[in-house]
Formats: sequence, structure tokens, C-alpha cells
Amino acid sequence: MTMAAELPKENFRLSMLIFDTRYRSYTIQAVVLGLFILLIVWLGYNVDRNLDERGKELSISFLWQRAGYDIPQTLIPYTNDNVHFRALLVGLTNTLAVAFCGCILATILGVVIGVLRLSNNWLVSRLMTVYVEVFRNVPLLLWVLLSYVILTETMPAPRDFRVTDEMAAAGEAPAAAMSFFDTVAVTNRGTNVPSPLLERGFGSVDLGFVSVNLTFLAIVLVIAGSVYSYRRLKSHARTVQESTGVRPVTWWKSLLILFAPIIALMIALGLHWEVPVLKGFNFQGGILVAHAFTALLLALTLYTAAFIAEIVRGGIQAISRGQTEAAFALGLRPNRTMSLVVLPQALRVIIPPLISQFLNLTKNTSLGVAISYSDLSGTLGGITRNQTGREIECVFLMMAIYLSISLTISMVMNWYNRSVQLKAR
Amino acid sequence: MTISYTRTDMLPAMAPPVSQRGLVKWLRENMLSTRLNVALTVLATAFIAFVAWNIFPWFWNSVWNAGSLAECRAIVAASAGEGASGACWAFLKPWWGAFIFGHQYPVSDRWRPVLAFGLLFVALAPILFAGQRRNLTIIFSVVAAYLLLTLYLASAPGLAFALAMLLVAGLVAVSQVQPERLLWFTLLYPALCFWLLWGGSIWSPIVAMAGFGVLYAIFRFASPVIGFAPAAGAGVVAAVLWWLFADAPLAGTLQEMIPVDLLRVPSDKFGGFLLAIVIGVTGITFSLPIGILLALGRQSDMPIVKMLCVIFIETIRGVPLITLLFVAAFVLGFFLPPEADFDLLLRVLILVTFFAAAYLAEVLRGSLAALPRGQYEAADALGLDYWRAQRLIILPQALKISIPAIVSSFIGLFKDTTLVVIVALYEPLKGITHLVRQDVNWKGIYWEPYIFVGVIFFLFCFGMSRYSKYLELKLKTDHR
Repeated sequence: MTMAAELPKENFRLSMLIFDTRYRSYTIQAVVLGLFILLIVWLGYNVDRNLDERGKELSISFLWQRAGYDIPQTLIPYTNDNVHFRALLVGLTNTLAVAFCGCILATILGVVIGVLRLSNNWLVSRLMTVYVEVFRNVPLLLWVLLSYVILTETMPAPRDFRVTDEMAAAGEAPAAAMSFFDTVAVTNRGTNVPSPLLERGFGSVDLGFVSVNLTFLAIVLVIAGSVYSYRRLKSHARTVQESTGVRPVTWWKSLLILFAPIIALMIALGLHWEVPVLKGFNFQGGILVAHAFTALLLALTLYTAAFIAEIVRGGIQAISRGQTEAAFALGLRPNRTMSLVVLPQALRVIIPPLISQFLNLTKNTSLGVAISYSDLSGTLGGITRNQTGREIECVFLMMAIYLSISLTISMVMNWYNRSVQLKAR
Repeated sequence: MTISYTRTDMLPAMAPPVSQRGLVKWLRENMLSTRLNVALTVLATAFIAFVAWNIFPWFWNSVWNAGSLAECRAIVAASAGEGASGACWAFLKPWWGAFIFGHQYPVSDRWRPVLAFGLLFVALAPILFAGQRRNLTIIFSVVAAYLLLTLYLASAPGLAFALAMLLVAGLVAVSQVQPERLLWFTLLYPALCFWLLWGGSIWSPIVAMAGFGVLYAIFRFASPVIGFAPAAGAGVVAAVLWWLFADAPLAGTLQEMIPVDLLRVPSDKFGGFLLAIVIGVTGITFSLPIGILLALGRQSDMPIVKMLCVIFIETIRGVPLITLLFVAAFVLGFFLPPEADFDLLLRVLILVTFFAAAYLAEVLRGSLAALPRGQYEAADALGLDYWRAQRLIILPQALKISIPAIVSSFIGLFKDTTLVVIVALYEPLKGITHLVRQDVNWKGIYWEPYIFVGVIFFLFCFGMSRYSKYLELKLKTDHR
């Protein structure tokens, strides 16, 4: 019991830094840190010399100079008189737009394919296996390029939509027609979709440093209110079910609460759709969605869905057969078994790899640069870098922004993951 | 009472009803079991019929010999009738070389990449099929046949032809006598491959490899005296000194004394699948050791080492590969000495290796964490030091359970090699295809080149994933 006291009291010798495992880790860390600092100093010295040679210095003041280039598709107001920082923001919003839509669409498609792959229908499950293998084993860039080329080269030119007087007289149809009840026109220049217009907006209030769009605020408030009431309704139904054993009928109340207020608001605001129409050589009105956006979104969705399908399949297969059998033994019907027993458990297996697929999709939006989509790497890493000649600043700023997007997504999704994981004590 | 007839033997069992056997039963169970299933079957059949209806004639009417797209269309119209669609693969004939080697790689030297590619499998064989003489023989004979054919087609000079055949024959002999010695060829292969692809004097790769010899010799003699880690450090320092000071003059002198060299091909002349394979194989080879070190560093209990590894891994995993390629193309030059001459491909290779290593480290971290704690404790109890414990106990198990994930990250890396087109390297998918589509003769072609490149990538990636399944089964030691 007196082992500790009997340890020989050695005096510290320098050789112990190498031969004594208690101290060796300090030596190694000191050496590593020293080498690391040396590396940093060496890199910094090289940067300094290189910059001197080219007569440059590091500064990010170029962000507040006039950009002077146009961006085909912008989600926030932008002209070429705006500064580079504004162009950066345009690129960032474009990146986020593709990533957001892509994550939602890829999840839906991926879940459908993953479930169909497990279907006991031989033909369907084989078909889905072919889909997954084909899309997973071919570079994403191929899907991006192929969808872009098909959209830009096989779609009709705007003039093919024209109905001339002679054609009308002869009763001939034009070479191309608009789809979705004459509201959407897919041309070789882009996709023309109707744009929502409000007759009576609420205007906006200027708070000095930022202007608040009241219409937007009203829409957000109404939706938030609906969702809150819907959740109240659900929790009330659950309380009633738990105390009486009978669940009150809620479906028509849910529909009413979720959709009536927003429809009423839209009527009050005077919502109507501006449909694109052919005028002269091009379509006027509506919104022109660039093919680069559509192609990138399509390719990212199809490619990532193949990976998500595998994750979903793996997650469902990971739940032991006994769980389903136990649920059947309790008298649950197949769809209730799926929603109450299998899915909640499968979700725990599915979510962590799903997070990394979302991250991959977000990072892969940078492939848009191959089809001149104006995302972050197209504006900041492309034209701004080229025009200002500030390679180091632009590239590192771009990396920092991507890094913070990635970290934010993984933080949010990990928080969600923690909320669905099994709470083990 | 007379019994008119009594059966004395058992009747053979009657066949089940038609609905319960054969194809009908299978169809009823697998395609038509429920109403939903019937609907799905009908939908899937309609889809397959639609696709086949549209694609089959297109493939059937393929044209392989024509001078231009217009000529192709004319041939299709003449043979299959006006308005028929047909694929035009004739572009492959003039552009085949560009797709495989890049449009700038010297035509007279195309036998070099061909030879290097064949020898790659010879070098990989001892690792892929360790100790399996039968598989080794199969691989070697396939490679020998491949080399005979392709070297002839690429009109290689007779001397190269003879040397290559001699080399393969020698290796076959070694594989029959002492298969484990084949690893030496694997170790020497990087230098040989570098010399074949980039050309120049043969002495530079030989002297550079000698640096590793210096490292090993010093490590071997010093490790009994001063221990494992300090000896390794001393070896590394000596090797670096060798490369910094002894390398260039020695190679120059040797070249003057015995000149052996090939036509030098600068990196910017590389293209096509040659480029994709060079980037993919280099990234895979070098990322493995770096990834292992990073994963071990991240598991280590030394806070500074751990922190540096975490920052490196998470930064690289958090940004898209394209930004790293931007770094390679525009920024890395600033961080290297002004007099250093790193060409674009080399800079891209460095960044791609870092990228792959970070992903690999994350994969390995998972497997290291998945190993039972008892394995670490058992290694400690046996009195193994850190590196021996890792090498003999931990890593063999960790690498084994992470094989599927490692292979899928390699597949990802190989697919990602196409992104180098962003920094103006001529990879096959966009670089070369773009050239084809700009060619006056082939303007307006799009399905065929993309399908061609896609099929080749598919074959590589699908092959790798199948191999990983095989390896997983082969290395499985638990009995379930």
C-alpha cells in the first residue's frame, strides 16, 4: 500500500526527456511545435519575398471598390456599379440557393429510391440498383456538364415559340410550345417561369441602418403563427387521446389552420402571377431562371440522391427484423409499424451520414464554376480574383466562407441529431 | 368380398398447380403480390420499354467510320431511313489518342505511359493478391499480353519492347520462386513510373530513390543504439540533406558519365485519362501514409499534436476541392521560394494528396475508435512500445475494418480528378471533350463523348468497389 512512497526519487536528468516515457511526450510536442513555427515563419518569409517581387501587398480594401462586371442571375439587387463585396454576397446567396434546394430535392428523391430499392418487387428494386450504381460511379462533373449541354443545345430558341399570321391562317402549330398551361417556357437561353406580384404590398420601413420589408415580415409572421397553432392542436389532441383513449378528428382543422391564413393574406395582398409572354425576339415578364442553375440543381439532386438512397436503405436494413415482427404481434398495421417502430429507429442510423451528404452537396455546388454559374467560387474566386489580381486574399476569403458554411451546417444538423438520438442514461 | 384393385405402392406427388410453380409463381410473388406492386411493375415496365424504344435504335444505328458529324448523320439517314437517330462514335478515331494521353503528349512517346500503366498492375499485384501464386500468374500473363499488344500498337522502339518483356519475364520467374520479393519492384515502381512518364535522365529518379536507401541505412544502424523515434528522425534529416545537397550534383555527374535518357515531357503536356490516372494514383498512394499519421495524431494524447492534426483535417474537409485547386493554381506559388520551380501539375498533386489524406484520416479515426479498448490494453500488457503496438496490433485491425470506407474515398478521389479542368488541365471529361466539341468536324456532338468518358470512369469505379467487396470477404476473420 505504500508503493507510491517507495518509488525511487530520481533527480531530473536531461536524458530523461528522451528515454523516460513520462517526459518524452513533452519533448516530442516541443519539437513538433518548433517545426510548425519554423514552417509558418518560412512560409511567411516566402510570401513576403514573393509579394515584394510582384510589388503587391496584402489588403482586403479591394472589396469596397467598384466591381464593374455583370452577374446573370442575382437573388439580391446588384448592378455592375456595386462593390466587390456586394458581388461576393450575390455569389454566396446563389451558392446557398442551390445548396438549399438541392438538399431538399435530393432527400426526397433519395428516400423514395432507397425505399423502392428495398421493395419486394424484383423489377423495381433492380431498376433502382442500376440507378444507384450508375450515378455513384460516374463523376458529378459529367452530370453537371451533360444536363447543361442538353438544356442549352437541345431546347428551342425563343423564336420557335412564335405564331406568325400565316401559321395562324394555315392552322399550323409553332415549333415549340410552352408547358404547364402556357406558363413556363424552356428556351435555350433559360427557363421562363411566372413571377408572383403583389398589388397592395405593405411597403417597407426604414430603420436607419436597415430597411425592413413589411410584406415579407407579414408573410413570415402568418406562417409562424399557423405552425404554432398547428402544434398546439396536435398536442391538445395527444392530451385528449392519453386521457380518454379516443383521438379527436384533427385533419380538417389542421388543413384549415395551416393554409387558410396564408391564402387569406395572399388575397388581401392581391397576389397574381405575371406569366412570361413572347415579345419580339425574347420572352418578357416573369423570372428567367438561368440554365446553369437548373443544370447544377438537377445534377446535384440526381447524384446526391443515389448516395442518400444507399444511406436510407442501410438505415432501414439496420433495424432488426424482430422489431417489425414484435410490432405485428402487437397488432399494428404495416404503415403504423413503419411510422411508429421502424422509422424512428432507422432515423438514428440515417441522420449522421445524411449530414455528411448535405455537407458534400453544399461543397459540390462549387462545381457550378464549370458551367459559369455565378456562385461564390464564380464571383469571388473567379471574376473578382481575376480583375483585382488579389489571389491570396480572394482564395482564402472564399475558403473561410465555405468553411463557415460547412461548420454551421454540421452544427445545426448535429444539434438535430442529438435531439433524435436515444437518450441513454 | 373381393377387392377389385388395391394400390400397393405410393403414387408420385403431383406437380403443384400452375399458379404455384415456375415462372408464374415467381412473377406472382415478386412482381404482382399486391395492388401497389402491380402498379409499380406496370410503371417500371413502361419506363424500361420507353427507354429501350428510344435508345436501342440509336445504339443499333451507330456509325464508327466517318469524317465528320454531318457525314455520320448522312450515313445513318442512308442506312436507317430519313429521321432515324443513330450514335456517332466516329469521333473516337481521330481523338482516341487525345482522350487517353492528352492532345499534347508526344505521339512518338505514347508507348511510355502505356508501359507505365501495364507495370502499375505488376507493382500492385503483390499487394492486391499477396502470396496467391495463381492470381499473380494470371495478372502477370494478362499484363504481358497487354504489353505485347499495346506496345506494338504504340510502335515502341525495339529496345524498350525487349527490356519490358525481359522485366515482366524476370518478375514472373521471381513470383514463382519467391513471391514476397516482388515487393521490391513495388517499392521501386514510383521512380520507374516517374521516369517513364516525365522522361529526362534516368539518374535523377535513381539518385532520389537512393535518398530513401540512406534513410533506411541510418535508421537500421542507429535504432539499436538510440531507439526507434530518434533513429527515424536522424534518418529523415540525413535523407533531406541528401536530397538538398548530394542529389542534383550526383545525378548530373552520373548522367555525364553514362547518359541514359528519354525525351523530357513537361507536365502541361499531360492530359486525358493519363492525367486522371496520374493524379488519382499519386493521390491514393501518398495519401495513405499521410492519412494514417494524421489519424494517429488525432488519436494521440499529446494536446499540441492533436490540435494541429484536428485543424488540418477539419479545414481541408470543410472546403470544396475546387478551392484547394484554386490554392494550387494561384496561391501556392506565393508560399514557395521564388526560385523554386514547381509546375502546375505538381502543385495540384500536393493539394489533392492533402485533400485525400484528410478524408482518409477521418475514415481511419472511426475504425481506430471502433477497436475494442482491450486491444490497446493487450498491446500495452505485452510491453510493446507505441509504434510497435500500432504496427503489429492496432493498424492491421483498423485498416481491415475500414477497407470499404477507404476504397469508397479512393473512388471519390478518382472521380474528383475531373475537377482539375478548373485550373486549365486537360482532363478527359471537360478538357478533351471540349476540344472535340470545338472541332469543326464534330461541332454539335454531345451525348457520345460524355457517354464514352462516363463509361470508362464507371468501369474503373465499379471495378474498385467490387474489389473492395472481395477484399472484405477475404479478410473477414470472424466466424458468423
